[in-house]
Amino acid sequence: MPTWLVVVATSLVMAVLVVASVMIGAIDVSVADLVAGDDDAWDVLLLSRVPRTTAILLAGSAMAVAGLVMQMLVRNRFVEPSTVGTTEAAGLGLLLVTILAPAMPLPGKIGVAAAFALAGTLLFLAVLRAVPVRSIVTVPLLGMMLAGVIGAVATWIAYRYDLLQTLGAWMTGDFSGIVAGRMELLWVTAALAVVAYVMADRFTVAGLGKDTATALGLPYGVVMALGLGLVAVVSAVVVVVVGGLPFLGLVVPNVASLLVGDNLRRTLPWVAVGGAGLVLLCDVLGRVLRYPYEIPIGVVMGVVGSLVFLYLLLRAPAGRSGA
Amino acid sequence: MITVEQVTKRYGTTVVVDDVSLELPRGGVTSVIGPNGAGKSTLLSVVARLLPAESGRVLLDGADVARTPGRELARRLGVLRQDNHLAVRLTVRDLVTLGRYPYSRGRTTPDDVAHVDAAVARLDLGGLEHRYLDELSGGQRQRAFVAMVMAQDTEYVLLDEPLNNLDMTHARDMMRTVRRAADELGRTVVVVLHDVNFASCWSDRIVAMRDGRVEVQGPPSEVIDTDVLRRVYDDEITVREVDGRRVALYYT
Ligand SMILES: Nc1ncnc2c1ncn2[C@@H]1O[C@H](COP(=O)(O)OP(=O)(O)OP(=O)(O)O)[C@@H](O)[C@H]1O
Ligand SMILES: [Mg+2]
Repeated sequence: MPTWLVVVATSLVMAVLVVASVMIGAIDVSVADLVAGDDDAWDVLLLSRVPRTTAILLAGSAMAVAGLVMQMLVRNRFVEPSTVGTTEAAGLGLLLVTILAPAMPLPGKIGVAAAFALAGTLLFLAVLRAVPVRSIVTVPLLGMMLAGVIGAVATWIAYRYDLLQTLGAWMTGDFSGIVAGRMELLWVTAALAVVAYVMADRFTVAGLGKDTATALGLPYGVVMALGLGLVAVVSAVVVVVVGGLPFLGLVVPNVASLLVGDNLRRTLPWVAVGGAGLVLLCDVLGRVLRYPYEIPIGVVMGVVGSLVFLYLLLRAPAGRSGA
Repeated sequence: MITVEQVTKRYGTTVVVDDVSLELPRGGVTSVIGPNGAGKSTLLSVVARLLPAESGRVLLDGADVARTPGRELARRLGVLRQDNHLAVRLTVRDLVTLGRYPYSRGRTTPDDVAHVDAAVARLDLGGLEHRYLDELSGGQRQRAFVAMVMAQDTEYVLLDEPLNNLDMTHARDMMRTVRRAADELGRTVVVVLHDVNFASCWSDRIVAMRDGRVEVQGPPSEVIDTDVLRRVYDDEITVREVDGRRVALYYT
């Protein structure tokens, strides 16, 4: 298929999804009402639906890009923020700052969550280095164990402080609470996705491994640090504003890799669009399945994502290791 | 000129490169031979600043490689490592284009494209350019990696076992490419080889390593010799002169 056709088709699909996302919900917004100048309809549209849809586009694309960057840097197809403990660590950080400094303004809380997210990622890399056997499958398994441990610690603390429900809400992505005034923070993730695109070639070279990257003159440590920092901040902002979007950063880059390869200069825009599209689709599904009730996006993503993840794991060539 | 000054590299308590000093003049092809585990790859990695040495240093035209800025060094020295497996999915053309990274940093110019085209042609990869590396045979992939190093267009080229996985014809072509890089482009090429006959036929100098040390070095006429090979490999190998070339008969 010629590229322009793919671009046109993708744009059409995205446009349909966006319109669906703006129109569908517990309160009906019809084109007729809008044209008639119905104030209520316009309020719902501008204060709820448009921010929600924008948030979906921003968070979806940024998390998918974060997953892609992490896969390049760790050199394993099956890692992403929610399978190595990054997301869980961000949640833990947010929990601690909520308990210890509840009055801290939101950007400060996000900063703490990001620092925890980065620490979680580095802990994962340290564990990875210490473990002698690395097959392509053990790497994500290790990560999920670590994520489980961090999650358990957070649960225990939340239990002690009677914050279990709050923690649950953070870790399960949900766009229904998104309103104008809070989602603006997601523009940070969009800016970081653009930074990732600017750095695309550096990440591709880093994906060749430390030795080859060094031989090509890449400051490997610097790129590693910038990339992991970027992933940590994106994960933290998304956890704080939306909640966890499990497997998103895994499914989309893997499918993109099969279709267009891993040259990030070429792949990254597709991953961004694919991430936004998948989250839009899951969110619309979540709104339609039990209409007029909503199933949180985190739940829909979890089901869809884990199924695709399993499929990808099973078809992985045995023995090829990453990291 | 590559100057290795008393380089020692250890893993734990095992010394794998043992106080090696070596001078490789500009130009020409140097082959490094020696048994498995002799330290050839380790020495090459130290020269290419991919591994830090415990002591000693490596100078490239007088400048310490460990202190030269990475990007500058990447424009003067290219290296192919012995094991190249990729976790990322790239096409042959993608990979070879990354060889231009030290110059382009991703913004490919027409000059970069010309170098990539030349490297692709030189390594006979024309029909495979748009194939993914994980869909190629071992030898085709090996050629793609060498093409990447060639596209890097560096004065010094270090190749660790470039003949891995290559069939008879492609192995010969690879040595021809190496030779041309030295003769026509004035490159200084260092290749690690296991087949001493390729070393004998194509190189100007042979460096033979054993147990982390340089056992002998000299032109093929001196190194490809029953007595010398016995010292390096602990083995009795008949050497014959065939059409003016020294050939080791180690097949039986
Ligand atoms: N990462 C490592 N940790 C411990 N020992 C190592 C490591 N890498 C290499 N060695 C040891 O160092 C010695 C030299 O290894 P090197 O790879 O340099 O040998 P080589 O001459 O290239 O061998 P080959 O012909 O098999 O490629 C070997 O005994 C090897 O076991
Ligand atoms: Mg070796």
